[in-house]
Amino acid sequence: MAFVNWLKRHFVVIAGLLTLAYLLLPNVVVTVFSFNNPKGRFNYEWQEFSTDAWRDPCGVSGLCGSLSLSLQIALWAMLGATVLGTMIAFALVRYRFRARGAVNSLIFLPMAMPEVVMAASLLTLFLNMGAQLGFWTILIAHIMFCLSFVVVAVKARVMSMDPRLEQAAQDLYAGPFQTFLRVTLPIAAPGIAAGALLAFALSFDDFIITNFNAGSTVTFPMFVWGSAQRGTPVQINVIGTAMFVVAVLLVLVSMAVGNRRKRQRT
Amino acid sequence: MKTTNDTAAHGGDVRLTGITKKYGSFTAVHPLDLTVPQGSFFALLGASGCGKTTTLRMIAGLEEPTAGTVHLGDQDVTALPPYKRPVNTVFQSYALFPHLDIFENVAFGLRRRGIKSVKKQVEEMLELVQLGEQARKKPHQLSGGQQQRVAVARALINHPKVLLLDEPLGALDLKLRRQMQLELKRIQTEVGITFVHVTHDQEEAMTMADTVAVMNAGRVEQLGSPADLYENPRTTFVANFLGTSNFIEAEVDSTSGSEIVLKAGGGKLMLPEARNSAPARTGGKVLLGVRPEKISLTHADDAGDIPEGRNRITGRIADSSFIGVSTQYVIDSPVCPEFEVYVQNIDRDPRLTPGAEVVLHWNPEHTFGLDAAQDIDAGVETVEEEVA
Repeated sequence: MAFVNWLKRHFVVIAGLLTLAYLLLPNVVVTVFSFNNPKGRFNYEWQEFSTDAWRDPCGVSGLCGSLSLSLQIALWAMLGATVLGTMIAFALVRYRFRARGAVNSLIFLPMAMPEVVMAASLLTLFLNMGAQLGFWTILIAHIMFCLSFVVVAVKARVMSMDPRLEQAAQDLYAGPFQTFLRVTLPIAAPGIAAGALLAFALSFDDFIITNFNAGSTVTFPMFVWGSAQRGTPVQINVIGTAMFVVAVLLVLVSMAVGNRRKRQRT
Repeated sequence: MKTTNDTAAHGGDVRLTGITKKYGSFTAVHPLDLTVPQGSFFALLGASGCGKTTTLRMIAGLEEPTAGTVHLGDQDVTALPPYKRPVNTVFQSYALFPHLDIFENVAFGLRRRGIKSVKKQVEEMLELVQLGEQARKKPHQLSGGQQQRVAVARALINHPKVLLLDEPLGALDLKLRRQMQLELKRIQTEVGITFVHVTHDQEEAMTMADTVAVMNAGRVEQLGSPADLYENPRTTFVANFLGTSNFIEAEVDSTSGSEIVLKAGGGKLMLPEARNSAPARTGGKVLLGVRPEKISLTHADDAGDIPEGRNRITGRIADSSFIGVSTQYVIDSPVCPEFEVYVQNIDRDPRLTPGAEVVLHWNPEHTFGLDAAQDIDAGVETVEEEVA
């Protein structure tokens, strides 16, 4: 009885912890197995602790090349999608033009389309245009599917912006360019940053569309998929863990900066 | 501030000539001619949607007039974009830049004009609005009253020829609003810049402004000093929008010298010709108006004590409410069903309770005459809407 009461009182906390564990367990497994020293080619059973893979992350041929390609594509896709998406978001919120409603809905279509269908259709398109599959076709595809997400993120921010702020800037001798640079952009920045990060993550991660349109080029997700057929090198876990750690560090740093600002203000 | 005065002396007039604003088929501002003399505190007063803010925004350059011109002094600024006009605006709800601190908000205009050393000027301006301590805070950390003062400082630091204020006190609570009214008036006197102030609050307009233009449905109904507008309203809208007025529908009986004699409900009432803005043909209709506080109330038993020469009507007290400094009575009279009377609580007559028969009397000098062709209740509803 006492145990049931204890359970009732702490139900929310327990449920929260279990959900968190559910979320993080795969990450823990990735990290733990990056220190494994597997027998044979598959890294699916724990053998013994080793830091071999960490000391030689590029030890598997092709891995670091694919990683660097993926990072490059993700960066360019982020840049392209952010610039285009931000402009679309501003246009949709700020201007009344014909077919604005239609554009507003059409922009979300790529999000609704099954990815594998999109991938196949893109391939058809590229082949019909006679495009050479590789870096550029991957990049074009990535910018395309990241665009919708950037538009959503930036649009939400721009919509909540008081248009009087820009009028105030103009009233205070800022021309159109200065107004954009000094007022519009800084205020929209959190939305743009969120869109950019999302685009980076989506692009870096993408397998299906990339796989269809890459030709003989190999990105990091494709490399992992390919090697999984023949055996999984521990280095994959090392890269995964490193990405995870970098992301967590970034979050911690931004939180620390935010906290310090808050304390300075009060 | 000295230099400001000198430059402003040559070009602080705001001259609107035939200025018009149409949105499609809706006319927000009908062709309007208006001159705001340099150095004055000018108020555009009216209910929401009357075109006052549109007029202000056309002066700022944030709205393009459909027709007409805007002059600042001798300069035609109609075609200039807002960032090239020597006017600054205090926006409704302030529009402070949330990502900049108070210092940078105030320095914004100076920096955009390429002025490098802004520190001294910004600090002086923050002193003027008593915010020296808050320079490094962000706008959201300040109270409403402080934000309002930042908005004023941010505009004034540029020494504009004209400062435009768009309902600057609307977001503040009543007590703070009173305080800021005096504060703004003090600042205006100190810097000597022309202020054009848009408000729907008649008390605010009367407290602060030298000249008030009452706007209604895109037109200026009447323009004058607060006392002039209050004492001599020329339309029912102005009479009702500024304070409260009682109206009696009367018929012109005769004209004797400078007095018009009116007939209403069997009695005769006098109206000075100078205070009549209606056509006064014998037998024609005139709306006779009188303010509630100009009226004296005497119990019917003492009617004999009322001096000669005063306008008088009879009635019965329908309702009375004691509000401290005065008592407000609603009188049911044959000439007007709901006559309002405010009596100062100096010597209260205990017989003046609901149901009592009374005589209302006032000095004929306090009567005004309006054209009977207009709606008696114009301006009444709008005031109530704003309150709600």
